[in-house]
Amino acid sequence: MKEILELLESDARLTPGQIAAMLGRDEEEVAGIIKELEKNKIILGYFTLINWDKTGAEKVSALIEVKISPQRDVGFDAVAERIYRFPEVRSVRLVSGAYDLAVMVEGRTMKDIAHFVSFKLASMEYVLSTATHFVLKTYKHHGTVVEDGEEDRRQVIVP
Amino acid sequence: MTLKNNWAEMVNPAVRNIPPSGIRRFFDLVTEMKGVISLGVGEPDFVTPWHIREACVYSLEKGYTMYTSNQGMLELREEIARNIHNTYQVDYNPRDEILVTVGVSEGMDLAMRALLCPGDEVLVPEPSYVSYAPCAILAGGRPVYLKTSVDNGFQLTADLVEKAVTPRTKVLVLGYPNNPTGATIERKHLLEISEVARAHNLIVISDEIYDRLTYVGEHTCVSSLPGMRERTVLLNGFSKAYAMTGWRIGYAAGNSDFIAAMTKIHQYTMLCAPVTAQVAALEALRNGRDEMLKMVAHYNRRRRLVMDALREIGLPCFEPRGAFYAFPDIRGTGLSSDEFAEELLKEEKVLVVPGGAFGEQGEGFVRCAYAASVEDLVEAFRRIGSFVRRRAGRKKVLTVSFGKPVLPEAAFERVSCATAGE
Repeated sequence: MKEILELLESDARLTPGQIAAMLGRDEEEVAGIIKELEKNKIILGYFTLINWDKTGAEKVSALIEVKISPQRDVGFDAVAERIYRFPEVRSVRLVSGAYDLAVMVEGRTMKDIAHFVSFKLASMEYVLSTATHFVLKTYKHHGTVVEDGEEDRRQVIVP
Repeated sequence: MTLKNNWAEMVNPAVRNIPPSGIRRFFDLVTEMKGVISLGVGEPDFVTPWHIREACVYSLEKGYTMYTSNQGMLELREEIARNIHNTYQVDYNPRDEILVTVGVSEGMDLAMRALLCPGDEVLVPEPSYVSYAPCAILAGGRPVYLKTSVDNGFQLTADLVEKAVTPRTKVLVLGYPNNPTGATIERKHLLEISEVARAHNLIVISDEIYDRLTYVGEHTCVSSLPGMRERTVLLNGFSKAYAMTGWRIGYAAGNSDFIAAMTKIHQYTMLCAPVTAQVAALEALRNGRDEMLKMVAHYNRRRRLVMDALREIGLPCFEPRGAFYAFPDIRGTGLSSDEFAEELLKEEKVLVVPGGAFGEQGEGFVRCAYAASVEDLVEAFRRIGSFVRRRAGRKKVLTVSFGKPVLPEAAFERVSCATAGE
């Protein structure tokens, strides 16, 4: 199972047949395992990694540090949920250290994000403080180097 | 005074008579083409792991730019000795039984030159890597080929060795896992071969550069066999396991008197292996295991993918158990391996290496290196599939270049039976 997940994580387009061939297993068996993984929400989805900067699309993203006060019984979860339900929020993680939630937000302009932080996030109950860091440049994303990776520099034929 | 002789005549006949490489012309063909997928590259498609590159950059910053001792940095030799001990439980003294070389290529050349007298015979399995026979010839020896065949999965057997031994035989070259076939050598065969080597007092030069890239069973280090440590020159390096081909770094391990002899040649012709590469090799041995195993896992997946693709296409291919090559039998297409490679390149823009480049026994086969991305492999074998189907459609009369007419169906059945039992 772990190998199937690793393969799909590296390339979501691999077909069950190809995965089966690579692992020396039966195609139907692999397809069944993948179905099961999807059903159990271990595989959450299949996405494409896009370098939007290259398309010229206007997009701004920011990492927001959020300090919150935990609530009885539910800890940080209830506030986290209130935050992640906003569609402009791309990811929410509870982290150790100087703040509690690391929130990635995406918007069309800096104004959009500023608006979101001041009107939606900072004013939320149990949110103690926020610090917004706008992303200037992405170098590596999902384990993938964004700018031209290392191209194949080998000779075309080598004994 | 001007030089009156023509240069070709000035060249040592031993050099002149070495036939040109069988793959050279493919360079010329490819340079004019776009969109070629090459399965002709006998080196990892991975770049050297970053921690190794980073260690080397740091060494340059720190000013490691000098010669090292002729045998190589003692630290590196110690690490090599530890590594051989941990992997194969064979002990070499890093002080006088290990020499750091500029790749296995230099190690092979040194070993041949230190061993051979004019007319000495060197047993070279065929097909095998392209350098063994020329190195033997340049050292004054005479290569005698041990013709392995697809019928027994290109296994080298004691019988083949025994039959080729003459009073002049001095050296047996082993290179397993094998380039180009991907065959590994079974321990029981090695044990029998080592008996023959002992009986005839042969020295074994064992090129084990692909040892880590063994996917089925375990690699047996020749010097780990009873009585073989003292008659084996063990050659290995960092190129394949750690994706460090361009660094040119390897080593030879063996009897101290013999390593001293190799070092004598090495000190006058090479002085020492590049210090930068030695530092990188040290880092690879100390901290490179995890990354190395990851790369091996990738090769293994691709190996299975390629085997599957070949099965689907209907090109018979015995199961390669090591290195990163598949060696399908293309005789059923009615083409020679040269024609197959050339026409495949022209029609489908996929580059494979004709098996004939690795000796007569490679004729009728092509080497497909699966050190390529899954995406490229899938596309390459799709193209090979349509090429082969087109050929099958033409129903060419089958002629096998070494004169044995074989029906395509028969060839296919034979080999597929052999693999069915795996």
